Amino acid sequence: MPKIIFNTHDNKTHTVEVQNGLTVMEGAVQNDIPGIDADCGGGMACATCHVYVEDSWYDKLAQKDDGEEDMLDMAFEPKKNSRLSCQIIVSDELDGLVVNIPSKQG
Amino acid sequence: MNKTDALIIGAGPTGLFTAHQLKLIGLDCEIVDNLDKIGGQCIELYPDKPIYDIPAVPECTGEELTNNLINQIKPFNIKTHLGERVDEVKKDGENWFVKTNQGKTFLTPNVIIAGGVGSFEPRKFPPKECEKFENKSIFYSVKDKTIFEGKTVSIFGGGDSALDWAVELSKTSQVNLIHRRDDFRGAQATVDKVYELSKSGQINLYTKYQLTNVNGDNNLESIEIKNDNKEIKTIKTDFALGFFGLIMQLGPIADWGLNIDKKTVTVDTEKFETNQKGIYAVGDICSYPGKLKLILSGFHEGALAARACFKLARPNEKYRFEFTTSSKTIKDRLGVK
Repeated sequence: MPKIIFNTHDNKTHTVEVQNGLTVMEGAVQNDIPGIDADCGGGMACATCHVYVEDSWYDKLAQKDDGEEDMLDMAFEPKKNSRLSCQIIVSDELDGLVVNIPSKQG
Repeated sequence: MNKTDALIIGAGPTGLFTAHQLKLIGLDCEIVDNLDKIGGQCIELYPDKPIYDIPAVPECTGEELTNNLINQIKPFNIKTHLGERVDEVKKDGENWFVKTNQGKTFLTPNVIIAGGVGSFEPRKFPPKECEKFENKSIFYSVKDKTIFEGKTVSIFGGGDSALDWAVELSKTSQVNLIHRRDDFRGAQATVDKVYELSKSGQINLYTKYQLTNVNGDNNLESIEIKNDNKEIKTIKTDFALGFFGLIMQLGPIADWGLNIDKKTVTVDTEKFETNQKGIYAVGDICSYPGKLKLILSGFHEGALAARACFKLARPNEKYRFEFTTSSKTIKDRLGVK
């Protein structure tokens, strides 16, 4: 199973195995990773699963669609490497993906 | 003091259908919601997005679903208190005493929490220093636009609220519009208008900038904004307005003595009752083994919680199950022949 690495704001690293086909958000929620609220449950409607993708991984992800960019306008301190983790689907290619969780979600 | 058989907190789809179920079985109810409109997440988060998993409705938007539910409860004339957040729920003999932030009070044997993920609150500017200017020179909504006349107003955001206010306030104020990227998600006509006003110098447009700091003693004097290349600009301004939409906060629900786990309220699956007798939780806010956060699950949960309310509201009567297709009593309640 692909490993996803979450760095939380308190400088802790959480490495978890996430099944192919699940989203990074679901992987975080199932493993109780702090800082991913995912209030809307993956509907791209709340921006509370916002993460900063490690630069070396950013270009390897499938492109954002317009709806995701619109939601990121609402996110807390969005940056160039911001993504909604509910829109990143885990696959073997993403084994080792590193995402950083913002200090808060809103 | 309002007395009712059941008070529903939350006017989203689950709250509305729960109200329908209560009235159908002959109980009174009233609804309170913190938003100024009916519909909850459906209307606030995805009014235009299609939903495909409502039984027997192949496709409908959040707004259509809300309107259909409003129509469905229309025969019952249910009292709805909008723009009020329930702050207090406490035991009063056999009843629950409920108080809103506007001071409205209720006495009821049954409280049904259909609060989604809590109450919607505006998203705020990230810098902590913004707090001390809040409601003085920093706002997240506009109540009285006359205070901005002749002043400099810096508006943040890229959606309709930000653009509409930029256009509106540019008539009487000096307006700066600041957004984190070049694209705006507001209506095209408004976006065009903003560009037009920017060309003629009535709106100063700063794209790819975000707020990093605020300065001033009692009132805001200037703000600092930073772009992607880390260049910082200081702008003199009297006011800053942030339009970043709403976020859900569990809020006062956390203080009512309920068992809460990960922002949800633990319930049983027979009555959807919490650890407090007469307080139920239905829809996204409740949790139990196997819970699905689907609208259809909320409908089921509300129907069962409504039956449970009967016992406490009518202790001397026996609840009798009836079908809407055949019950004359139910048809009378619905006002159909």
